[in-house]
Amino acid sequence: MSGKPKLHYFNGRGRMEPIRWLLAAAGVEFEECYLETKDDLIKLQKGGSLLFQQVPMVEIDGMKMVQTRAISNYIAAKYNLYGKDLKERALIDMYVEGMLDLNELLITHPFQPADKKEQHFATLVDKATNRYFPAFEKVLKDHGQDFLVGNRFSKADVQLLEAILMAEEYKPDILAKFPLLQSFKARISNIPTIKKFLQPGSQRKPQIEEKDVQKVLKIFY
Amino acid sequence: MAGKPRLTYFNGRGRMEPVRWLLAAAGVEFEEKFLESREQYEKLIKGGDLMFQQVPLVEIDGMKLVQTRAILSYIAGKYNLYGKDLKERALIDMYVEGITDLMQMILVFPFSPPEAKEKNLESIKERATNRYFPVFEKVLKQHGQDFLVGNKFSWADVQLIEAILAVEEQIPAVLSAFPQLQAFKIRMSNMPTIKKFLQPGSPRKPPPDEHYIETVVNILKI
Repeated sequence: MSGKPKLHYFNGRGRMEPIRWLLAAAGVEFEECYLETKDDLIKLQKGGSLLFQQVPMVEIDGMKMVQTRAISNYIAAKYNLYGKDLKERALIDMYVEGMLDLNELLITHPFQPADKKEQHFATLVDKATNRYFPAFEKVLKDHGQDFLVGNRFSKADVQLLEAILMAEEYKPDILAKFPLLQSFKARISNIPTIKKFLQPGSQRKPQIEEKDVQKVLKIFY
Repeated sequence: MAGKPRLTYFNGRGRMEPVRWLLAAAGVEFEEKFLESREQYEKLIKGGDLMFQQVPLVEIDGMKLVQTRAILSYIAGKYNLYGKDLKERALIDMYVEGITDLMQMILVFPFSPPEAKEKNLESIKERATNRYFPVFEKVLKQHGQDFLVGNKFSWADVQLIEAILAVEEQIPAVLSAFPQLQAFKIRMSNMPTIKKFLQPGSPRKPPPDEHYIETVVNILKI
Protein backbone atom coordinates (compact mmCIF):
# COMPACT_ATOMS: atom_id res chain seq x y z
CA MET A 1 0.00 0.00 0.00
CA SER A 2 1.56 3.20 -1.15
CA GLY A 3 -0.19 5.77 1.01
CA LYS A 4 -0.88 7.88 -2.04
CA PRO A 5 -4.47 8.84 -2.79
CA LYS A 6 -6.04 6.43 -5.28
CA LEU A 7 -8.57 7.71 -7.78
CA HIS A 8 -11.28 5.45 -9.26
CA TYR A 9 -12.87 6.71 -12.49
CA PHE A 10 -12.82 6.19 -16.21
CA ASN A 11 -9.73 7.25 -18.12
CA GLY A 12 -10.94 10.72 -18.95
CA ARG A 13 -11.80 14.08 -17.43
CA GLY A 14 -15.45 14.00 -16.42
CA ARG A 15 -16.10 14.74 -12.77
CA MET A 16 -12.69 13.58 -11.59
CA GLU A 17 -10.63 16.15 -13.44
CA PRO A 18 -11.02 18.97 -10.86
CA ILE A 19 -9.66 16.56 -8.27
CA ARG A 20 -6.64 15.68 -10.40
CA TRP A 21 -5.99 19.40 -10.85
CA LEU A 22 -6.26 20.09 -7.12
CA LEU A 23 -4.00 17.24 -6.05
CA ALA A 24 -1.47 18.24 -8.70
CA ALA A 25 -1.62 21.90 -7.67
CA ALA A 26 -0.97 20.83 -4.07
CA GLY A 27 2.03 18.80 -5.24
CA VAL A 28 0.45 15.51 -4.15
CA GLU A 29 1.24 12.38 -6.13
CA PHE A 30 -1.67 10.05 -6.75
CA GLU A 31 -2.52 6.72 -8.37
CA GLU A 32 -5.40 5.96 -10.69
CA CYS A 33 -7.55 2.89 -11.25
CA TYR A 34 -9.57 3.12 -14.48
CA LEU A 35 -13.03 1.76 -15.13
CA GLU A 36 -13.12 0.37 -18.66
CA THR A 37 -16.42 -1.52 -18.71
CA LYS A 38 -19.74 -1.66 -16.92
CA ASP A 39 -18.49 -4.78 -15.14
CA ASP A 40 -15.71 -2.74 -13.57
CA LEU A 41 -18.31 -0.38 -12.13
CA ILE A 42 -20.53 -3.23 -10.96
CA LYS A 43 -17.56 -4.86 -9.25
CA LEU A 44 -16.85 -1.67 -7.31
CA GLN A 45 -20.51 -1.27 -6.40
CA LYS A 46 -20.84 -4.88 -5.23
CA GLY A 47 -17.66 -4.54 -3.20
CA GLY A 48 -19.31 -1.83 -1.13
CA SER A 49 -16.73 0.86 -1.90
CA LEU A 50 -19.16 3.36 -3.38
CA LEU A 51 -21.39 4.98 -0.80
CA PHE A 52 -24.02 6.00 -3.36
CA GLN A 53 -23.02 3.48 -6.08
CA GLN A 54 -21.24 6.23 -8.00
CA VAL A 55 -17.80 7.38 -8.99
CA PRO A 56 -15.68 9.51 -8.58
CA MET A 57 -14.27 7.66 -5.61
CA VAL A 58 -10.98 8.56 -3.97
CA GLU A 59 -9.22 6.44 -1.40
CA ILE A 60 -7.45 8.91 0.87
CA ASP A 61 -6.34 8.86 4.52
CA GLY A 62 -8.20 5.64 5.24
CA MET A 63 -11.46 6.90 3.74
CA LYS A 64 -13.24 5.86 0.57
CA MET A 65 -14.55 9.29 -0.36
CA VAL A 66 -17.26 9.89 -2.94
CA GLN A 67 -19.01 13.06 -4.17
CA THR A 68 -16.73 15.41 -6.03
CA ARG A 69 -17.31 18.43 -3.81
CA ALA A 70 -16.70 16.47 -0.60
CA ILE A 71 -13.43 15.12 -2.00
CA SER A 72 -12.36 18.51 -3.30
CA ASN A 73 -13.18 20.26 0.00
CA TYR A 74 -11.17 17.71 1.97
CA ILE A 75 -8.11 18.03 -0.24
CA ALA A 76 -8.30 21.82 -0.30
CA ALA A 77 -8.50 22.05 3.49
CA LYS A 78 -5.79 19.46 4.07
CA TYR A 79 -3.34 21.25 1.79
CA ASN A 80 -4.20 24.81 2.86
CA LEU A 81 -5.89 25.84 -0.36
CA TYR A 82 -9.14 26.85 1.33
CA GLY A 83 -8.54 30.34 2.67
CA LYS A 84 -7.61 31.43 6.17
CA ASP A 85 -11.08 31.70 7.76
CA LEU A 86 -14.80 31.11 7.28
CA LYS A 87 -15.34 34.25 5.22
CA GLU A 88 -12.53 33.47 2.80
CA ARG A 89 -13.90 29.94 2.52
CA ALA A 90 -17.32 31.38 1.71
CA LEU A 91 -15.84 33.44 -1.14
CA ILE A 92 -13.88 30.45 -2.42
CA ASP A 93 -17.01 28.29 -2.26
CA MET A 94 -19.12 30.91 -4.04
CA TYR A 95 -16.58 31.31 -6.84
CA VAL A 96 -15.97 27.59 -7.22
CA GLU A 97 -19.69 26.79 -7.34
CA GLY A 98 -20.08 29.24 -10.21
CA MET A 99 -17.13 27.63 -11.96
CA LEU A 100 -18.60 24.18 -11.43
CA ASP A 101 -21.82 25.31 -13.10
CA LEU A 102 -19.74 26.37 -16.11
CA ASN A 103 -17.72 23.17 -15.84
CA GLU A 104 -20.92 21.14 -16.06
CA LEU A 105 -21.63 22.69 -19.48
CA LEU A 106 -18.06 22.06 -20.62
CA ILE A 107 -17.84 18.41 -19.58
CA THR A 108 -21.29 17.43 -20.82
CA HIS A 109 -20.87 18.95 -24.26
CA PRO A 110 -19.23 15.91 -25.92
CA PHE A 111 -22.12 13.75 -24.67
CA GLN A 112 -24.88 15.87 -26.20
CA PRO A 113 -26.96 14.19 -28.91
CA ALA A 114 -26.07 15.42 -32.41
CA ASP A 115 -29.25 17.50 -32.81
CA LYS A 116 -28.63 19.38 -29.55
CA LYS A 117 -24.91 20.04 -29.96
CA GLU A 118 -25.09 23.37 -31.74
CA GLN A 119 -27.53 24.88 -29.24
CA HIS A 120 -25.49 23.52 -26.34
CA PHE A 121 -22.33 25.05 -27.74
CA ALA A 122 -24.04 28.42 -28.07
CA THR A 123 -25.23 28.21 -24.45
CA LEU A 124 -21.77 27.25 -23.25
CA VAL A 125 -20.12 30.21 -25.01
CA ASP A 126 -22.86 32.60 -23.90
CA LYS A 127 -22.62 31.60 -20.24
CA ALA A 128 -18.82 31.67 -20.22
CA THR A 129 -18.54 35.09 -21.84
CA ASN A 130 -21.60 36.81 -20.34
CA ARG A 131 -22.00 35.28 -16.91
CA TYR A 132 -18.92 33.59 -15.51
CA PHE A 133 -15.81 35.18 -16.98
CA PRO A 134 -17.08 38.74 -16.40
CA ALA A 135 -17.68 37.88 -12.73
CA PHE A 136 -14.08 36.76 -12.22
CA GLU A 137 -12.61 39.55 -14.36
CA LYS A 138 -14.37 41.93 -11.97
CA VAL A 139 -13.07 40.17 -8.85
CA LEU A 140 -9.51 40.53 -10.10
CA LYS A 141 -10.09 44.12 -11.19
CA ASP A 142 -11.64 45.17 -7.88
CA HIS A 143 -8.77 44.00 -5.66
CA GLY A 144 -5.90 44.07 -8.15
CA GLN A 145 -4.28 41.04 -6.53
CA ASP A 146 -2.69 38.00 -8.14
CA PHE A 147 -5.10 35.46 -6.68
CA LEU A 148 -8.86 35.39 -6.43
CA VAL A 149 -9.19 35.24 -2.65
CA GLY A 150 -7.14 36.57 0.25
CA ASN A 151 -4.08 37.43 -1.81
CA ARG A 152 -3.11 33.80 -1.64
CA PHE A 153 -3.21 30.76 -3.94
CA SER A 154 -6.34 28.69 -3.34
CA LYS A 155 -8.62 26.08 -4.85
CA ALA A 156 -10.55 28.90 -6.53
CA ASP A 157 -7.50 29.79 -8.66
CA VAL A 158 -6.97 26.16 -9.64
CA GLN A 159 -10.60 25.69 -10.63
CA LEU A 160 -10.66 28.92 -12.64
CA LEU A 161 -7.56 28.03 -14.63
CA GLU A 162 -9.03 24.62 -15.39
CA ALA A 163 -12.29 26.22 -16.60
CA ILE A 164 -10.44 28.77 -18.73
CA LEU A 165 -8.29 26.17 -20.48
CA MET A 166 -11.29 23.92 -21.15
CA ALA A 167 -13.35 26.81 -22.50
CA GLU A 168 -10.46 27.81 -24.76
CA GLU A 169 -10.42 24.33 -26.23
CA TYR A 170 -13.95 25.02 -27.47
CA LYS A 171 -13.30 28.62 -28.51
CA PRO A 172 -9.65 29.69 -28.58
CA ASP A 173 -10.39 33.42 -28.38
CA ILE A 174 -12.90 33.12 -25.55
CA LEU A 175 -10.78 35.34 -23.28
CA ALA A 176 -10.53 38.14 -25.87
CA LYS A 177 -12.53 40.60 -23.78
CA PHE A 178 -10.92 39.67 -20.46
CA PRO A 179 -7.40 41.08 -20.09
CA LEU A 180 -7.11 40.30 -16.39
CA LEU A 181 -8.13 36.70 -16.95
CA GLN A 182 -5.50 36.47 -19.67
CA SER A 183 -2.77 37.56 -17.29
CA PHE A 184 -4.27 35.38 -14.55
CA LYS A 185 -4.03 32.41 -16.90
CA ALA A 186 -0.36 33.11 -17.62
CA ARG A 187 0.45 33.68 -13.97
CA ILE A 188 -1.25 30.58 -12.57
CA SER A 189 0.08 28.39 -15.41
CA ASN A 190 3.57 29.32 -14.29
CA ILE A 191 3.19 28.13 -10.72
CA PRO A 192 5.63 25.19 -10.56
CA THR A 193 3.16 22.43 -9.63
CA ILE A 194 0.67 23.65 -12.22
CA LYS A 195 3.34 24.08 -14.88
CA LYS A 196 4.34 20.48 -14.29
CA PHE A 197 0.73 19.31 -14.58
CA LEU A 198 0.35 21.15 -17.89
CA GLN A 199 3.27 19.32 -19.44
CA PRO A 200 2.86 16.18 -21.58
CA GLY A 201 3.13 12.99 -19.56
CA SER A 202 1.30 14.35 -16.54
CA GLN A 203 -1.93 12.82 -15.26
CA ARG A 204 -3.99 15.60 -16.82
CA LYS A 205 -6.51 14.00 -19.15
CA PRO A 206 -7.20 15.14 -22.72
CA GLN A 207 -10.63 16.12 -23.94
CA ILE A 208 -12.68 13.03 -24.73
CA GLU A 209 -12.74 11.96 -28.36
CA GLU A 210 -15.92 11.19 -30.29
CA LYS A 211 -14.97 7.52 -30.54
CA ASP A 212 -14.72 7.13 -26.76
CA VAL A 213 -18.04 8.80 -25.91
CA GLN A 214 -20.03 5.61 -26.52
CA LYS A 215 -17.59 3.55 -24.47
CA VAL A 216 -18.03 5.86 -21.49
CA LEU A 217 -21.82 5.94 -21.85
CA LYS A 218 -21.83 2.12 -21.78
CA ILE A 219 -20.08 2.08 -18.41
CA PHE A 220 -22.75 4.20 -16.77
CA TYR A 221 -25.96 3.47 -18.67
CA MET B 1 -29.97 47.49 9.27
CA ALA B 2 -31.25 44.54 11.25
CA GLY B 3 -28.15 42.41 11.58
CA LYS B 4 -30.25 39.36 10.78
CA PRO B 5 -29.44 37.38 7.66
CA ARG B 6 -31.65 38.41 4.75
CA LEU B 7 -32.81 35.84 2.21
CA THR B 8 -33.89 36.84 -1.30
CA TYR B 9 -35.84 34.24 -3.28
CA PHE B 10 -39.28 33.30 -4.51
CA ASN B 11 -41.96 32.76 -1.89
CA GLY B 12 -41.56 29.01 -1.89
CA ARG B 13 -39.11 26.19 -1.18
CA GLY B 14 -36.93 25.73 -4.24
CA ARG B 15 -33.22 26.05 -3.64
CA MET B 16 -33.61 28.29 -0.60
CA GLU B 17 -35.45 25.83 1.62
CA PRO B 18 -32.31 24.03 2.88
CA VAL B 19 -30.99 27.45 3.95
CA ARG B 20 -34.19 28.18 5.88
CA TRP B 21 -33.94 24.78 7.55
CA LEU B 22 -30.30 25.25 8.54
CA LEU B 23 -30.75 28.75 9.94
CA ALA B 24 -33.84 27.61 11.82
CA ALA B 25 -32.07 24.53 13.18
CA ALA B 26 -29.26 26.78 14.39
CA GLY B 27 -31.83 28.99 16.12
CA VAL B 28 -31.01 31.98 13.91
CA GLU B 29 -33.77 34.45 13.04
CA PHE B 30 -33.79 35.77 9.49
CA GLU B 31 -35.65 38.11 7.18
CA GLU B 32 -36.95 37.31 3.73
CA LYS B 33 -37.47 39.33 0.57
CA PHE B 34 -39.71 37.60 -1.96
CA LEU B 35 -39.36 37.95 -5.72
CA GLU B 36 -42.77 38.27 -7.29
CA SER B 37 -42.18 39.67 -10.76
CA ARG B 38 -39.76 39.63 -13.66
CA GLU B 39 -39.22 43.38 -13.26
CA GLN B 40 -38.17 42.93 -9.67
CA TYR B 41 -35.74 40.20 -10.68
CA GLU B 42 -34.23 42.28 -13.47
CA LYS B 43 -33.80 45.19 -11.09
CA LEU B 44 -31.99 42.92 -8.67
CA ILE B 45 -29.68 41.72 -11.45
CA LYS B 46 -28.99 45.29 -12.63
CA GLY B 47 -28.18 46.28 -9.07
CA GLY B 48 -25.16 43.99 -9.18
CA ASP B 49 -25.84 42.00 -6.03
CA LEU B 50 -26.10 38.65 -7.78
CA MET B 51 -22.62 37.45 -8.66
CA PHE B 52 -23.90 35.05 -11.31
CA GLN B 53 -27.29 36.73 -11.86
CA GLN B 54 -28.99 34.01 -9.89
CA VAL B 55 -30.84 33.53 -6.63
CA PRO B 56 -30.69 32.27 -3.86
CA LEU B 57 -29.03 35.34 -2.38
CA VAL B 58 -28.26 35.57 1.34
CA GLU B 59 -26.95 38.77 2.87
CA ILE B 60 -25.08 37.75 5.97
CA ASP B 61 -22.21 39.24 7.96
CA GLY B 62 -21.56 41.93 5.36
CA MET B 63 -21.42 39.45 2.47
CA LYS B 64 -23.83 39.02 -0.42
CA LEU B 65 -23.55 35.26 -0.80
CA VAL B 66 -24.93 33.32 -3.74
CA GLN B 67 -24.69 29.62 -4.60
CA THR B 68 -26.62 27.43 -2.19
CA ARG B 69 -23.71 25.25 -1.12
CA ALA B 70 -21.50 28.25 -0.35
CA ILE B 71 -24.29 29.74 1.77
CA LEU B 72 -24.98 26.48 3.60
CA SER B 73 -21.29 25.74 4.27
CA TYR B 74 -20.83 29.20 5.74
CA ILE B 75 -23.84 28.86 8.04
CA ALA B 76 -22.81 25.35 9.10
CA GLY B 77 -19.27 26.52 9.85
CA LYS B 78 -20.42 29.59 11.73
CA TYR B 79 -22.93 27.79 13.95
CA ASN B 80 -20.83 24.70 14.71
CA LEU B 81 -22.86 22.30 12.63
CA TYR B 82 -19.90 21.15 10.54
CA GLY B 83 -18.16 18.55 12.68
CA LYS B 84 -15.09 18.90 14.87
CA ASP B 85 -12.33 18.24 12.32
CA LEU B 86 -11.54 17.68 8.66
CA LYS B 87 -12.56 14.03 8.64
CA GLU B 88 -15.95 14.71 10.23
CA ARG B 89 -16.42 17.51 7.74
CA ALA B 90 -15.63 15.07 4.95
CA LEU B 91 -18.36 12.69 6.18
CA ILE B 92 -20.86 15.52 6.54
CA ASP B 93 -20.02 16.77 3.03
CA MET B 94 -20.41 13.28 1.54
CA TYR B 95 -23.77 12.72 3.22
CA VAL B 96 -25.07 16.19 2.37
CA GLU B 97 -24.02 15.84 -1.27
CA GLY B 98 -25.81 12.51 -1.59
CA ILE B 99 -28.97 13.91 -0.02
CA THR B 100 -28.72 16.97 -2.26
CA ASP B 101 -28.74 14.70 -5.33
CA LEU B 102 -32.02 13.18 -4.06
CA MET B 103 -33.42 16.64 -3.25
CA GLN B 104 -32.57 17.78 -6.76
CA MET B 105 -35.07 15.23 -8.07
CA ILE B 106 -37.71 16.58 -5.67
CA LEU B 107 -36.86 20.15 -6.69
CA VAL B 108 -37.45 19.64 -10.40
CA PHE B 109 -40.38 17.24 -10.05
CA PRO B 110 -43.16 19.91 -9.96
CA PHE B 111 -41.78 21.36 -13.19
CA SER B 112 -41.95 18.08 -15.13
CA PRO B 113 -44.45 17.92 -17.99
CA PRO B 114 -47.64 16.03 -17.02
CA GLU B 115 -46.76 13.00 -19.15
CA ALA B 116 -43.43 12.56 -17.33
CA LYS B 117 -44.72 12.97 -13.79
CA GLU B 118 -45.49 9.34 -13.05
CA LYS B 119 -42.13 8.16 -14.31
CA ASN B 120 -40.28 10.85 -12.35
CA LEU B 121 -42.11 9.96 -9.17
CA GLU B 122 -41.11 6.31 -9.68
CA SER B 123 -37.49 7.42 -10.07
CA ILE B 124 -37.64 9.40 -6.83
CA LYS B 125 -39.09 6.39 -5.02
CA GLU B 126 -36.49 4.07 -6.52
CA ARG B 127 -33.54 6.29 -5.64
CA ALA B 128 -34.80 7.07 -2.15
CA THR B 129 -35.47 3.45 -1.24
CA ASN B 130 -32.58 1.77 -3.07
CA ARG B 131 -29.75 4.26 -3.08
CA TYR B 132 -30.01 6.99 -0.45
CA PHE B 133 -32.12 5.91 2.53
CA PRO B 134 -30.34 2.53 2.89
CA VAL B 135 -27.04 4.38 3.30
CA PHE B 136 -28.26 6.45 6.22
CA GLU B 137 -30.16 3.54 7.75
CA LYS B 138 -26.85 1.67 7.76
CA VAL B 139 -24.85 4.61 9.18
CA LEU B 140 -27.25 4.94 12.10
CA LYS B 141 -27.41 1.18 12.67
CA GLN B 142 -23.63 0.77 12.65
CA HIS B 143 -22.78 3.41 15.23
CA GLY B 144 -26.05 3.32 17.15
CA GLN B 145 -25.81 7.05 17.88
CA ASP B 146 -28.51 9.69 17.68
CA PHE B 147 -26.82 11.79 15.00
CA LEU B 148 -25.23 10.92 11.69
CA VAL B 149 -21.71 12.21 12.39
CA GLY B 150 -19.54 12.45 15.49
CA ASN B 151 -22.35 11.87 17.98
CA LYS B 152 -23.32 15.50 17.57
CA PHE B 153 -26.06 17.42 15.76
CA SER B 154 -24.80 18.66 12.38
CA TRP B 155 -25.80 19.99 8.98
CA ALA B 156 -26.08 16.37 7.78
CA ASP B 157 -28.90 15.66 10.24
CA VAL B 158 -30.79 18.79 9.18
CA GLN B 159 -30.44 17.94 5.51
CA LEU B 160 -31.61 14.36 6.10
CA ILE B 161 -34.73 15.28 8.08
CA GLU B 162 -35.65 17.83 5.42
CA ALA B 163 -35.25 15.20 2.70
CA ILE B 164 -37.24 12.56 4.60
CA LEU B 165 -40.19 14.90 5.09
CA ALA B 166 -40.05 16.12 1.47
CA VAL B 167 -40.04 12.58 0.05
CA GLU B 168 -42.80 11.49 2.44
CA GLU B 169 -45.01 14.25 1.07
CA GLN B 170 -44.84 12.48 -2.31
CA ILE B 171 -44.52 8.89 -1.08
CA PRO B 172 -46.06 8.56 2.38
CA ALA B 173 -44.85 5.02 3.15
CA VAL B 174 -41.30 5.58 1.94
CA LEU B 175 -39.73 4.90 5.36
CA SER B 176 -41.57 1.63 5.91
CA ALA B 177 -38.41 -0.49 5.52
CA PHE B 178 -36.20 1.85 7.52
CA PRO B 179 -36.77 1.64 11.28
CA GLN B 180 -33.63 3.62 12.18
CA LEU B 181 -34.74 6.48 9.92
CA GLN B 182 -38.21 6.40 11.42
CA ALA B 183 -36.71 6.84 14.89
CA PHE B 184 -34.30 9.48 13.52
CA LYS B 185 -37.22 11.41 12.05
CA ILE B 186 -39.02 11.50 15.40
CA ARG B 187 -35.87 12.41 17.28
CA MET B 188 -34.98 15.30 14.95
CA SER B 189 -38.55 16.56 14.81
CA ASN B 190 -38.48 16.87 18.57
CA MET B 191 -35.35 18.98 18.80
CA PRO B 192 -36.56 22.37 20.05
CA THR B 193 -35.40 24.51 17.11
CA ILE B 194 -36.65 22.01 14.55
CA LYS B 195 -39.92 21.46 16.41
CA LYS B 196 -40.50 25.21 16.26
CA PHE B 197 -39.72 25.28 12.53
CA LEU B 198 -42.24 22.50 11.91
CA GLN B 199 -45.06 24.45 13.51
CA PRO B 200 -47.51 26.60 11.54
CA GLY B 201 -46.44 30.21 11.25
CA SER B 202 -42.72 29.41 10.91
CA PRO B 203 -40.67 30.50 7.86
CA ARG B 204 -40.93 26.95 6.49
CA LYS B 205 -42.55 27.06 3.07
CA PRO B 206 -45.38 24.78 1.91
CA PRO B 207 -44.96 22.30 -0.96
CA PRO B 208 -44.89 23.98 -4.39
CA ASP B 209 -48.33 24.71 -5.84
CA GLU B 210 -49.54 25.97 -9.23
CA HIS B 211 -49.05 29.59 -8.26
CA TYR B 212 -45.45 29.00 -7.18
CA ILE B 213 -44.60 27.11 -10.36
CA GLU B 214 -46.14 29.83 -12.50
CA THR B 215 -44.21 32.54 -10.64
CA VAL B 216 -40.88 30.77 -11.08
CA VAL B 217 -41.51 29.99 -14.75
CA ASN B 218 -42.40 33.63 -15.44
CA ILE B 219 -39.55 35.17 -13.52
CA LEU B 220 -36.83 32.82 -14.75
CA LYS B 221 -38.36 32.56 -18.23
CA ILE B 222 -38.04 28.77 -18.33
